[in-house]
Amino acid sequence: MTSRAERVFAYCFLTFFAIIALFPIVGVVLLALNPRDAQISGFGLPEQVHPHTFVEAWQVAHLSAYLRSSAIVSACVVIGSTILSILAGYAFGTMTFRGQSWLFYLLLSGMILPFEAVVVPLYYDLRQFGLTNTYASMVLPQIAINVCFGTFWMRAYFRSVPRSMLEAAEVDGASSLRTLLRVALPPGKPAVLTLTVLLFMWSWNEFLLPLVMVTDESKRTAPLGLAFFAGQHTTDRVGQAAAAVIVAAPVIIMFIVFQRSFIRGMASGAVKE
Amino acid sequence: MVQAVERAPDVSPSIGGTRRAPVASDPAARRRRRRKSLVAYLYIAPAMAMFLLFALGPFLHAFWLSFFDWDGITVGTWTGLGNYQKVLTDPLTRQAFGHSVVLILFFSSIPVVIGLMIAAVFTTVKVRGSTVFRVAIFLPQVVSSVVVGVIWNWIYADNGPLNEFLRAVGLGALAKPWLGDFTWALPALGMIGAWMLIGLCMVLFVAGVQQIPSALYDAVRVDGGGRLREMTTVTLPGLRYEFGVVLTLTIVGALRTFDLVFVMTRGGPGTETVVPGLMLYNRAFVDGRVGQSCAIAVILAVLVFGVTFAIDRLVSREG
Repeated sequence: MTSRAERVFAYCFLTFFAIIALFPIVGVVLLALNPRDAQISGFGLPEQVHPHTFVEAWQVAHLSAYLRSSAIVSACVVIGSTILSILAGYAFGTMTFRGQSWLFYLLLSGMILPFEAVVVPLYYDLRQFGLTNTYASMVLPQIAINVCFGTFWMRAYFRSVPRSMLEAAEVDGASSLRTLLRVALPPGKPAVLTLTVLLFMWSWNEFLLPLVMVTDESKRTAPLGLAFFAGQHTTDRVGQAAAAVIVAAPVIIMFIVFQRSFIRGMASGAVKE
Repeated sequence: MVQAVERAPDVSPSIGGTRRAPVASDPAARRRRRRKSLVAYLYIAPAMAMFLLFALGPFLHAFWLSFFDWDGITVGTWTGLGNYQKVLTDPLTRQAFGHSVVLILFFSSIPVVIGLMIAAVFTTVKVRGSTVFRVAIFLPQVVSSVVVGVIWNWIYADNGPLNEFLRAVGLGALAKPWLGDFTWALPALGMIGAWMLIGLCMVLFVAGVQQIPSALYDAVRVDGGGRLREMTTVTLPGLRYEFGVVLTLTIVGALRTFDLVFVMTRGGPGTETVVPGLMLYNRAFVDGRVGQSCAIAVILAVLVFGVTFAIDRLVSREG
């Protein structure tokens, strides 16, 4: 049983930590609603809502180029990683083959491999093939790291598919690819959805890889462009805030829409940092 | 991750089970099995090739490069363990790893304690609108680290909200430009990490508590135990596995810190917030000492692997 006092305490406690979590984010949104030349010190409502700041920040910070670049990279990473993860997860989850267990452990090792330890030699390896400063240099390494989690995630799903369904398709003479596309995959839409939203968040927020690989300004992704903009306009707090809100918006919107998938994915897979 | 493997030890599911156990001497069955293996390899090949080419391969290359003195342009020269010796005796490296320890204290202690308390509240009281609270508390986890940097640069600024608040409540003497302060810059970064990780810890603990059989709680109540007894005799022991996951994630997260430092302080003031990730970046791309950079990368990876396996052993041994 819970007493009245306990309930009141629970709501106060949760509200307190919700405010701590939200205060900085809401604060920066409110800051961005001021005119750019306003001298803002603390946290507060703007005297007059001034949405034009977002337009100015968009132009001054070259956000359309950076967002376009981010969209290209994220789309390629999400699509590529999802397809490769489904294929590999299907094999690990439904088939028996030699070396299955150690191949799986090998791929799992990628989930604890810190990317910071990979990026320096990766730069010199890609430079040798003339691949630095390209979209490929940002896309391929992310797919390489993502398939580790993705295969692990999809394998768990495919193991839950009833054997009898797969065997029935096999008896009917369906090829393994047909079985995958027609029988095994369709009920797995929620699992795939969770995987894609997590992959989108990770690729949209990736910072180190574009920082190392890309020198061409037009290829900068949104977080990288924001970092350069903030570094050059240190006193333009309102402009920085507006640009930051724009860069964070796609992931935040996706999180709020798919929060159930998001939180379930992070809780049960939650292993990539 | 490793913990997940522990939970699912049956890595090779057998189609059809024992019913159709293939007899080794039957050549037709063996051929069929080999064909099936081949199909499986084809499905795995693309993912495996990507992983080997763009992740594991470069990591092994880091290991190889760590034995060379190389500036990234001219021909490198073999130095054996020279880079490791230089890196391990360099006071800056020691300082960087020391900073990692401080960050570990912040990243793991605060979010774990608060996350646990929030999970306890969620499970003892039926909260209306629990989704709203969960989404709000989890939100910092999904925001790009660069955006987090911009936000907290403002909060910690000389005339930012934190100092304004201190002045407003009469603690103006404590106000300072936090990130420029030799004593406070590192703890200030630690607090940001803690802020980001509370939601993740909460979510993992809530999921863990839901798996504890409610009969155990009933037993405590029958014995006349209160909330504290519930916590110490049922909840905490039942969450041993989740503690393992949470500690691994937070400690590894602290060791791998790069984005926040790069965006907010670049290691300053002085060298007060230099971390291994920043050092290996600077050694390669600023100082042109690729061998030393790779030596730091290898040490970092070994530490991450070590922490992951040690915690995994710790939580699975008694289970």
